[in-house]
Amino acid sequence: MNESITLKELRPGCRAVVSGMSSSGSMRRRLMDIGLTENTTVECVGRSAAGDPSAYLIRGAVIAIRSEDSEKITVRIRR
Amino acid sequence: MKLVEYTGAPLARRAGAKGVIALAGNPNVGKSTVFNGLTGMKQHTGNWPGKTVSGASGVCGDLILVDLPGTYSLFARSAEEDVAREYICFGDSDAVAVVCDAVCLERNLNLVLQIAETAKRLIVCVNLMDEAKKKRIGIDLALLSDRLGVPVVGTAARDRRSLRSLREEMEKCASGGIPRSGIRISYPPVIESASKTVEDALSDRCSGLSPRWVSLRLLEGDPELTAGINEHLGYDITSVPEVAEALASAVGLLNENGLSRDRVRDSLASSVVAEAERICEGVVTCGDPHTESRDRRIDRILTGKLTGYPIMLFLLAVIFWITITGANYPSELLSDLFGRLEKQITRLFFALGSPEWLHGVLVLGGYRVLAWVVSVMLPPMAVFFPLFTLLEDLGYLPRVAYNLDRPFKCCGSCGKQALTMCMGFGCNAVGVTGCRIIDSPRERLLAVITNSFVPCNGRFPTLIALISMFFVGTAAGGLSSVLSALALTGVILLGITATFAVTGLLSGTLLKGVPSSFTLELPPYRRPQIGRIIVRSVLDRTLFVLGRAAAVAAPAGIIIWLTSNITVGGESILSICAGFLNPLGTLMGLDGVILIAFILGFPANEIVLPIIIMAYTAQGSLAGMEGLDSVRSLLAENGWSWITAACTVLFSLFHWPCSTTLLTIKKETGSLKWTAIAAAVPTAIGIASCIVFAAVARLF
Repeated sequence: MNESITLKELRPGCRAVVSGMSSSGSMRRRLMDIGLTENTTVECVGRSAAGDPSAYLIRGAVIAIRSEDSEKITVRIRR
Repeated sequence: MKLVEYTGAPLARRAGAKGVIALAGNPNVGKSTVFNGLTGMKQHTGNWPGKTVSGASGVCGDLILVDLPGTYSLFARSAEEDVAREYICFGDSDAVAVVCDAVCLERNLNLVLQIAETAKRLIVCVNLMDEAKKKRIGIDLALLSDRLGVPVVGTAARDRRSLRSLREEMEKCASGGIPRSGIRISYPPVIESASKTVEDALSDRCSGLSPRWVSLRLLEGDPELTAGINEHLGYDITSVPEVAEALASAVGLLNENGLSRDRVRDSLASSVVAEAERICEGVVTCGDPHTESRDRRIDRILTGKLTGYPIMLFLLAVIFWITITGANYPSELLSDLFGRLEKQITRLFFALGSPEWLHGVLVLGGYRVLAWVVSVMLPPMAVFFPLFTLLEDLGYLPRVAYNLDRPFKCCGSCGKQALTMCMGFGCNAVGVTGCRIIDSPRERLLAVITNSFVPCNGRFPTLIALISMFFVGTAAGGLSSVLSALALTGVILLGITATFAVTGLLSGTLLKGVPSSFTLELPPYRRPQIGRIIVRSVLDRTLFVLGRAAAVAAPAGIIIWLTSNITVGGESILSICAGFLNPLGTLMGLDGVILIAFILGFPANEIVLPIIIMAYTAQGSLAGMEGLDSVRSLLAENGWSWITAACTVLFSLFHWPCSTTLLTIKKETGSLKWTAIAAAVPTAIGIASCIVFAAVARLF
């Protein structure tokens, strides 16, 4: 069964597949340029010492994204 | 804020050069290492994104290479990416070599495809093949070359041999031996037909740009790229009636199909990503998850909730401790050596029958200050720079930015400011230029203004000397160096606190705004090459900084000697000036001489302490070279207490940035107002904190 959550809610160590993005403007473009498009698999690999931002493994690279940006991205987890 | 111009040296074709090749690529893929390997130049490299902020050009055989700042895409967000985009799209290069990271090739291909679309001649350099191999990632270069239709060269930039074939390809490319990239990204049919309409209208109006590329950019309406296109053509392309008409009908067609401008942009972007995915299938074979998990384990410690911040502080203190301990002995050695040399030179002067004043100006003035600067500055720099470069090479700095993003966000800024502060440790002017890695102009300005709160290498030796003389004692016991390191860490933390406070204050007042969004790549940890680090950081950074300091030190020594030996009405010029500044100095817990030293130290902070010492000695020349003990007693004789020392430390941390830094700020912001603010803010904080500290301390 698939469960839909936001990327922000994805726990460290868990994987999910991007299903949608509501970010806008240049941030949306930037996220796409680093390869965060629909159906991309992402893994949350950790959170910073202050709890935010979090680091995500996206297409082989680890990218830190703040929670206000990651909550605009919806992902599917396979349960 | 001014748009950053391309500053990388001569872009005009040099006589005899066969061609110009731009080196582009994502941040942190080893472009600069490739560039250095090919040109034999020594651009500083580091394992963190945004290291090359301005770009440089160098010669490789018959070719001119241009090293561009890292960029993820031609749709730039930050000033440094602007530099790269402008040059790739509209520059005069004959070809673009895109350097890719073999470890995450697919992501890197996004930029390759975007550049391929501009119809430039293209070479793909898949770099870091050694790292991919370690991670057991296999890459079929021949298949990749076949699919892209351009030459593909696999390199490991740290291994020179692999660069040879890259150079051969570049030469072939420059002589026109390679056709333009034939790859054509396929977009959804509606966009294709809309684009076709515009393309036909553009036909031969694009003066060198690809009509398909121009038409796609017009359809998605990226304002900056459109402006760039118009600038390149010299007129507004959309004002041509046929083009405007075609564009209108194309946009109409897209709208009918439910494709707004944003949707078009999305669709174009994801088509490119999908294309990269298709190309990579079969080219890249999966790696070993083991190394990935090693990095994650290190990250869990270095960015952990409980461990992240303590480790940061600990590393800072350890670096200072090693610097102080390691610099102690060579510093004394150098000082002895210069002392003995001075006696010889003096003897020579008198043997040649030179007048007293000439000896005074050149030896007691110029030579002594120069000798002090070298013996006090060189050892700490020679230790500090390699250590810092080590952290850079390992890939630790982006983790600092990652950990500090939240606190910086609370002050209305972002974690990348931490990276610019790290650069400031070396030199504030470099730190200010480095602020280009920050996306939002507002946040960039915040980082520029607060950069001088991080003491640069010109101020470190002064701080270390004062701390060890007045707060720890100069006894070379193990404990005292630990205490010095801790005290120095404390001073740095004070600077960092000020950075946060002023950043927050400015975001609430002059530079109002909310923190913009941010992404930061955390590169894999890399094994540093110790030998190279030492050679590079000593030769390139240490000697460079030292050279600059020395160039200022000798003339400053001469000026000081003259001002303190030429008398007007029985009083030397120096003491007249000092007397004038004395009331303010005393109020700040300093004295007139110290203030003069800071003023004269405007071209280089390194010379502040030698000027103070020189001004105090009766002859107006720097006292003998018997080490810090004698300096301490000289200072004490001239009324220094621990309060004076503490206030000097405070003022050294918070005062106007040096002339080089201010010039850089002017260049980067393009505004006198912000330059003035960048000078006024730290000065005001310095004066205020000294006055308050002195007043409070005197109560006890």
